[in-house]
Formats: sequence, C-alpha cells, structure tokens
Amino acid sequence: MFARLVYESFRRQKRRKLLAGAAITLGVTVATAMIAVATDIGDKINRELRTIGANLLVTPQEDTLDVEIGGVNLKPPTDGAFLSEADLPKIKGTFWHNNITGFAPMLPVSVEVQRDGKSENATLLGTYFAKRVVFGKEEFNTGVRSTHPWWRVVSGTWPDDSSRDVLLGERLAARLAMKTGDQIVASGRELHVSGILSTGNSEDDQIVAPLSLAQEILGKPGAVRRVYVSALTKPEDALARRDPKSMSGPVYDRWYCSPYPQSIAFQLQEAIPHSHAEQIRQVAQNEGAVLTRIEGLIFLVTLAALFASALAVSAAMATAIFERRAEIGLMKALGAGRLAVASVFFAEATLLALIGGFVGFGAGSLLAYQIGRSIFNSEIAVPPVLLPVILAIAVIVTFAGSAAAISKAVGLDPVFALRGEL
Amino acid sequence: MFFRMLVRAAVLRRGRAAAALFAMVVAAAVATAMLNLYIDVQAKLRREFRNYGANIILVGRDGASLPADARSQVESVLAGRGVVAPFALVVARTSDGQPIVVAGTDFDRVRQLDRWWSVSNWPSAPQQALVGVRAASVVSPKNLPFDLSFQGHVIHLTSVGTVQTGAAEDSRVYLSLADFVAWTGVQSSTIEVAANGTPEEITAIMRQLEQAIPAADVRPVRQIMEGEARVLGKTRATLLAAAALIILTAALCVLSTLMGWVFDRRRDFAIMKALGASDRLLNGFFAAEAAGLGAAGAVIGFILGIGIAAWIGRVNFHAPVVPRFSILPFVLAGSMVVTLLSAILPISLLRRVQPAVILRGE
Repeated sequence: MFARLVYESFRRQKRRKLLAGAAITLGVTVATAMIAVATDIGDKINRELRTIGANLLVTPQEDTLDVEIGGVNLKPPTDGAFLSEADLPKIKGTFWHNNITGFAPMLPVSVEVQRDGKSENATLLGTYFAKRVVFGKEEFNTGVRSTHPWWRVVSGTWPDDSSRDVLLGERLAARLAMKTGDQIVASGRELHVSGILSTGNSEDDQIVAPLSLAQEILGKPGAVRRVYVSALTKPEDALARRDPKSMSGPVYDRWYCSPYPQSIAFQLQEAIPHSHAEQIRQVAQNEGAVLTRIEGLIFLVTLAALFASALAVSAAMATAIFERRAEIGLMKALGAGRLAVASVFFAEATLLALIGGFVGFGAGSLLAYQIGRSIFNSEIAVPPVLLPVILAIAVIVTFAGSAAAISKAVGLDPVFALRGEL
Repeated sequence: MFFRMLVRAAVLRRGRAAAALFAMVVAAAVATAMLNLYIDVQAKLRREFRNYGANIILVGRDGASLPADARSQVESVLAGRGVVAPFALVVARTSDGQPIVVAGTDFDRVRQLDRWWSVSNWPSAPQQALVGVRAASVVSPKNLPFDLSFQGHVIHLTSVGTVQTGAAEDSRVYLSLADFVAWTGVQSSTIEVAANGTPEEITAIMRQLEQAIPAADVRPVRQIMEGEARVLGKTRATLLAAAALIILTAALCVLSTLMGWVFDRRRDFAIMKALGASDRLLNGFFAAEAAGLGAAGAVIGFILGIGIAAWIGRVNFHAPVVPRFSILPFVLAGSMVVTLLSAILPISLLRRVQPAVILRGE
C-alpha cells in the first residue's frame, strides 16, 4: 500500500515532481561543480604560479664565491666547481619527481665577440631550450622554454639543443647591429644567429646557446654551473622549517613526504652528487602566500554556493509540499495517522533526492570539466568518492527542507485542508 | 484603495510574506557578496603580488651610474604608490685579495621592498655590514671585523647579520648607501621600484619615469608582471563562474518560493476577478506586490551582502573589502526581474481559469 501510494504520486503528478526534481538537480549540480573546483583550484593555481620562475636552485657544493654584476661574471671561467650534466636526469628519479615541472641547467662562459675588426667581451650562456631527457623508461622535455616562460624570441626561432645556433639578447644585438640569420664570431667560432631573445633581464646583453656549445667553448664537456628547478610545492609551515637532522623517524617521514620547498631541495641534493640545493626565496616564499589566499577565497565561495543550493532545494521542496495540503487533508480524513502521512512524503522526498542527486552529480561533473577546460586548459576531475557524499547531502538537505513543510501541513485540520482554506 | 489592499495583503499573511521576503533577502545578500568580491579580488591579490618585490627596474644606460638625484625623482613620480630602493654596486677586494661584490643600499627601503630576504640582523649604525651567507665564509669566517678595499680606499666593517635569499644576494656584502658612497664615490646604478596598481597604471608610471629621468633605462620585470596577470586573470574567471552559478541558484530559490506564495493566493485573485477587477488591475496589483517585495528584499539583502563580503575580506585577506555601491542598481534590477517573473507567470496561468472554479477549491 505504502509503495503504491508513492508510485502513484510519481505517476500522477509528473509536472510537480519534475519541478521539484529540477530544483534538486540544479542545487546538486552547483554543489558538485563548486566542490570539484574548490578541491582542484590549489593545484591549478600552483601550476600557473610556476610561470613566475623556478623556485629551487642547485649549485655545486664546493663552489667558490660568485662575482657577478648585472649578469656579467667576473670570476675566471675555470674557477670554481661544476655539476655534472650526466647527473641531471636523476632529478626525475626523486620521490617528488611528479611535482617537478621542469629544470634548466646554466653554464655562463666569457667569450670574445669580433665585429668589424673590433672585439668586445660578452657572456655566452649555455642552457637547455626544450631538450629531450631520458631517465630510465621516462622521456620528457625540459629547458628554459618551460622554466622561463617570459623569455621571448622576438624574431627568428629557438635553436635546436643539438645545433650550433645561438640566440642574441636584444640589447646585445642592437649594440652589434646584428639580426636573425647573421653569423657571429665568438672566441674564434662562427655561430649562426637563429633569433633575437628578449627577457627583460641580464640575458638581453648575452648570447644564449645550447649547453653543449658552451661546454665546448669552455673546454669542459659535461659541465654545468647551476640548475634552476621549477617544482609544485606546498606552502611552508613550522614543520617545513625544521632541520631534517633533528627529526625523529615518523616526523622525518612526514616532512620528506610533503612537497615543501625544503624537502624537495633536500631530495635534489640527495639525487645529484656534490650538490647544494636551496629554495629561491623570492619565488618560493611568496607563492605560498598567494596560493593560500586564493584557496581560502574559493573555499569560502564554495561554502556560499553550498548554502545557496541547500536553500534553493529547501524552498522548492517546501513549496511543492505545501501545495498538496488538500491531499494530506484527504489522507488524514480517511484515517491515516500523522506518522503514516509524513512517511509517504519523506519517502517521496528521498526518491526525488536520489534521482536528482545522480543527475545533478553527472551535470556537475560536466560543468566542472567545462570550467577547467575553458579557464585552465586542463581537466578538473571529480573524485568518484564524491558521489555517495553528494547523494547523502542531497537526501539530508531535501529531508530538512521538507521537514518543516511536512510537519506544518500534517498538523492542519483536515476539514480546512480539504476545503482549500488556509 | 490600491495601496490599502497592498499593505493589508502583506500584513494579513505575515507568515508567508515573511518567508518570501527572507528568500529574497538571502538571494540578494549572496548576489551582492559575490559581485563585491569579484570586483575587489583584483586589488586584494595585486597587493599579495607586491611581496614578490620590484616590478620596475631603472638602470643607467650602458652600465653607467644613474644621476645623483634619480632616486628623489623616482619617489616624486611615484608619490607614495609604491616602494623605491636604490642599489649601488662595485667589485671590491677582501684583505686576501679576493674579489667580492659590495652593494650600497637603503636598508629601511630594502626591508619593505624585498620581504623574502631572510636576515638575521639588520645594520643600524655606520660601518656595519650585512653579509650574504656564502660571502660570510670568505670575508669574515670567524665573524670578526674585516676590511674591504676599492681602488686604494679601505673601509673597516663589522658584520652584524647575514642574509639568505637563494640568489645573487648570498654572495654579496651590503652597506648603507651613505657608507658606500663615502668609501667608493660610486652612485647607485640600479633603482628597484615596487609600484602598486593595475597594468595600465604601472605602464603610465613607467612612461612618467622615462620622461623624468632620460638618462635611465626603465624596464618592467616581465616575469612578475606576466605571472601576476595570468594568475589574477584565471582567479577572476573562476570567481565569475562561481558567482554566476550562485546567483542562478539564489534566483531559483526566490522564484520557487514566490511562485508558491502567489499561487497560494489564487483565492484572493479569484475574488477580485469575481468582483469585477480588470485584467490590467489584477496584473498591476500582483506586480506591485512582487516589486515591493523585490525592492525591500534587495535593499536589505544588499546591506547584508556588503557585510558578508567585508567578513570574507577580513577572514581571508586580513584587509577590508571596499563596499561598492555601484552594485546596488544591478541587484535591484535583478531582483525586480525575478520577482516580477515569479508573479506574472502564475497569474497568466490563473487568468484563463474561471473565478468560480478557483473559489470552489479545484
């Protein structure tokens, strides 16, 4: 009998059920989409923050002091220690290798540039542009094109990493009156200029070349002066700043397994022999603050969205139930007890919530995917574990929203309800 | 007569009218809070990005020093809209003859501009030096006072603190600008500027600086400005999407509540029609009711929404969110549309039904 009442209610009052169901579906869609966005926004913004530059620096452990002004290194070229280029792929073998979005080795070399019989000193910077690196079974591209996205080739093209083409910084090119396609003579070697580089920094006065070329000019194959590493990190907290040597086992594990700038730097030092790794504070310190602000904002906005959804669902359910006062009056006049009447309506509400919840979850996932695609050019994935959570919330909210209306309607005198008076 | 009916309608059905008003207030509050946040979040996040330091750099052309009055010129152009820090650099020699880069700067300004510097202790008196962590082992291994010489002039310094940044600063020694100029005679070659404002304002500032100091090369720090624009743009887009969804949901809430309320009053409608009211009068009556409710709800909701946005500003950004009264017309217009829709739709459905049928309760 009970089941038949509920079934008939759905069959005969399709339009009313549809409207209430639509409200629940919309509420669940918005809630699902917002929760998906809120959980993923941290990672998305973290990736966008990588465009400000590398946040970790690896240098040789035994290095002598840098004497550098405005990008010009005044140290004798062979002075100081070097890292080995062959060790660099090991960066991708660290625990947090998935958080490392790219690295770029640098080797600055002093060269003599001949131009119209005159010669002047300049710096030639050797680096990776978009080099294919192999580690174990993994292959990936890395270089300044990923770690330094504000570098722009204003005319010409990026050199190939295995070629002998170079880029001229735009200020150097202007001073030497050279352009794309010219040949530049540096330390006795004739090099083809494949493009003009604009960075806004000291590189505009330098020649930027593939690493192998710089190593050849220096006469030290496989040498690297420093490596800039770009990694997705977690904002620093008290645990991050502690000295790993002072930590007990489980605390050390927790520190090691959290992507703090310090722990990733520690792992880089472990992976590359004779190296010293640290965070580049200007980048690493500030991105934590920006990330925290944005995550906090989206979290609060999501709470507002959930609240609005809950209110919309409650309002729709309350209206739908209050419209059926006459029905309730009839059931009571026929002898149904309050509990029996209430349970019919609660059963209907639960069914509506479950159906609306399913459809809303699907629509919300689609909406989250769309938002991710259009704003971040990447997917916002909805974790499947969210489905039972969303369904449970939908049922609870629908219940709560109907409860007040049901109790009020059930409390009315059947005579008045049947007569249509309030 | 018209207004008496309006008022009595609200007064007599206080319960239902209150529920409808509540829905309206909540919807308007949420919409106001979201729009206020959307407008303000740019300004808030830009302030966070100023912690990255300078976004404009002035250098002397072709490696020359800047004119001596460059700093005061920059400060007057900026007029308080940012922080200015001068830097003067030379290569000096330690007592062992090792070359080392020494910089002269204004420590107070650097402290405001370059907040990420990890400094153990800032110099506060003459002849005090701030030494980079890598330079420390070279110039003053046991933290003893040390000498530096430049072109024959020697300066005696005490290291009072170390600085660590993970960049070039770690290999340098920093003095106050006064000490530096007295020792070397070299003026500042770089001025770092962290300017507040939108990209357009910053470009305008750069142009003013170029005009004021023709001997200087004014460069934007592209990585910060481009990164800032990207992150801000995407955050704003996300916020807009969220705002749209929330406002839609809130409008739905109002619509269903109000439609239910109007539908519930179909007996009033039927009585008025049976007594001879014209369609126009009926439409006007219910529309006026709805509009009144919409306006009242919008205003109350607006005030509440401003409060919510201010609270979010305090909790998340630790800075007040400026209430934007320009939102009020939009919220008002929006609520009018929603309430009128929720009144007109049921009325147009009921219009076709005979009053007698409604009065009989069918």
